[in-house]
Amino acid sequence: MSKQMTGAEMVVEALKDQGADTLFGYPGGAVLPIYDAIFQQNFVKHVLVRHEQGAAHAAEGYARSSGKVGVLLVTSGPGATNTVTGLTDALMDSIPLVCITGQVPTHLIGSDAFQECDTVGITRHCTKHNYLVRSIEDLPRILHEAFYVASSGRPGPVVIDIPKDVQFATGTYHGPKNIQHKTYQPQVKGDLAKIRHAVEMMAAAKKPVFYTGGGVINSGPEASELLRELVKLTGFPITSTLMGLGAYPASGDKWLGMLGMHGTYEANHAMHDCDLMIAVGARFDDRITGRLDAFSPGSKKIHIDIDPSSINKNVKVDLGIIGDVAHVLEDMVRLWRTSAPQVDAGALKQWWKQIDTWRERKSLAYRPSKETIKPQHAIQRLYELTKDRDTYITTEVGQHQMWAAQHYHFEKPNRWMTSGGLGTMGYGLPAAVGVQMAHPQALVIDIAGEASVLMNMQEMSTALQYRLPVKIFILNNEYMGMVRQWQELLHGGRYSESYSEALPDFVKLAEAYGAVGIRCSDPDKLDDAILEMIDSPKAVIFDCVVEKAENCFPMIPSGKAHNEMILAELSDDAGVEIGSIIDERGKLLV
Amino acid sequence: MNAPTLNPPPPPPSPYSSALGKSNIEQHTLSVLVDNEPGVLARVVGLFSGRGYNIESLTVAEVAHGEHLSRITIVTSGPPEAIEQIGHQLERLVPVHKVTDLTTHARAIERELAMVKVRGKGDDRVEALRLADAFRARVIDATTESFVFELTGNADKIDQFVELMRPIGLVEVSRTGVAAISRGPEPI
Repeated sequence: MSKQMTGAEMVVEALKDQGADTLFGYPGGAVLPIYDAIFQQNFVKHVLVRHEQGAAHAAEGYARSSGKVGVLLVTSGPGATNTVTGLTDALMDSIPLVCITGQVPTHLIGSDAFQECDTVGITRHCTKHNYLVRSIEDLPRILHEAFYVASSGRPGPVVIDIPKDVQFATGTYHGPKNIQHKTYQPQVKGDLAKIRHAVEMMAAAKKPVFYTGGGVINSGPEASELLRELVKLTGFPITSTLMGLGAYPASGDKWLGMLGMHGTYEANHAMHDCDLMIAVGARFDDRITGRLDAFSPGSKKIHIDIDPSSINKNVKVDLGIIGDVAHVLEDMVRLWRTSAPQVDAGALKQWWKQIDTWRERKSLAYRPSKETIKPQHAIQRLYELTKDRDTYITTEVGQHQMWAAQHYHFEKPNRWMTSGGLGTMGYGLPAAVGVQMAHPQALVIDIAGEASVLMNMQEMSTALQYRLPVKIFILNNEYMGMVRQWQELLHGGRYSESYSEALPDFVKLAEAYGAVGIRCSDPDKLDDAILEMIDSPKAVIFDCVVEKAENCFPMIPSGKAHNEMILAELSDDAGVEIGSIIDERGKLLV
Repeated sequence: MNAPTLNPPPPPPSPYSSALGKSNIEQHTLSVLVDNEPGVLARVVGLFSGRGYNIESLTVAEVAHGEHLSRITIVTSGPPEAIEQIGHQLERLVPVHKVTDLTTHARAIERELAMVKVRGKGDDRVEALRLADAFRARVIDATTESFVFELTGNADKIDQFVELMRPIGLVEVSRTGVAAISRGPEPI
């Protein structure tokens, strides 16, 4: 199957061989040969974005919702630099991407040529790995290796920088068969002795909790199935990070809700008071742990992760198991079944009783309103009206994202696309484009804020060009809401530059793009308006005008522990000065 | 209550900073076998700067020409947990074959080469040569008013020699950084 062809043709051929049928990109001088090769074939569908950052996020949405590698193609110089935010986002959230960038011809590299930049230098820190292809002989190997590196182990973005002369050069193409990477071979099977030890620790636990993360989603649908089985077998409570939502169904009776800074009271208290924490594909990020020296002080900790550097990075654990989540959980379920351990049923019952008292605090409650739409209410209605459909949710970053995580309930993995680690405003709209490309028949909704969505609003053109009926559901409070909230908590309510002045009329904006615009500010008309959005066969921008000064609670204030949460009821109390909750230490934090 | 204070309290340790790593700082020598491909040194050095790790010394050269393997020897310092993390972070780099902590895993031999230029006349010359002899340093260049000594040893020995040369007329020093290898018949 080795054939003579040009470098540009090799790129297309490799995409075929890797099953990458969708490509997000933007042409330019240094990638014209590849665009010419794309023009002359029918397998790879190219989606023309309006900004290269959009291509990266679209590829992320595509990858996260389909389990495949997302692919993007951009030109040299500004094309490459515009992808940096998306690549960093993919690195932080472990999303497999292959980003092909054009480069000036080899003999011009280093001469400050037009649209030249040091792409591998710039992207070295924001990719899992990157390549500058110096000769046509290396190109087929690098193309296939890039897909392998992006999708193996802990997934991540890989850049292939291809100079224009290499795209024109002719060489021998090899398929992906028999390409064995000489150094990169991540361990997927967990150490059985350690897994056995973990099962013993779990059997002896009196107050256990599963703490699961995006690694479960990345490990594939079978990992979610095994997790559900293990929770069922053990009867242990389970909470998840933002990135792990959907791995365990929100309707499950063992579900505590999301944990962390805006997690539920019961999830955070269970984490704080547990005697055994089983971390599965989660990385003890600061949004999760809160104050580290007060993090779950009385517990033994088991940590399952495919990345050895994640173990003992932020929190010292008692038992680290290196391996792919699905592989380790498979062994764990099998060992649990065969050993059929006697759990301390009395203790577990007591633990659940304790959890129920935390649940009774109803930490996601908010004060309803008849006059204005409460943002939480908007998400709840959106959930109720879309939950029985084939729905995928993306978000931007901010208050709306946290409300979506709290009030939209996920039953399946790969249904929730959000920027967790990097916190990239402007992620949701292009991600929705990517999700809709992967799932043409599905209902794809970007839950957005009016500030975030403007960061990549240009991708509405992409949605319209490909007739993608994405729904942009904007919780419009005319503020960068999370910034405003932190200014209220930390800076005496001095709302420096966080008011969204001079907003566009989103209905007219939608119409200008050729989409449908809907505005709603009346709680009584909200359901009908949402149904109108869902039923529209076209792309929709929904301007949901919500309560302006609503804060996102519950919240672990900066520098506090899991058992020092602020609840909405507290913040409503007349006697409590909300600006006094976070102390000087906490103010230093992000 | 949010008015700026004139004498802000000294910044306390961040509660988000690692609960680990409050213990003693140790110095470790890591041996990193890498594919000798363009940019590999930048990846290693960039990892150290990006994550705020220390580099006390770094040497690199190809050690197996046929297999395009280079050996990087890094002397770093930090609490034991940070050193362990550095090892794992290095292993994440795709072109890295193997990372060995020579300080914990093997009784390693460490050597560094230095060239030391000393200027002086009369008794100072005699004294410089006498000390060089005691340190087994070789004269590799000489003029009527200067010497260049070549000296091999561990870093402490070189430090000591340089200090002794300072009052005599030390002009400049060029050091290679530490190279290290484990004792016994086995490779790392």
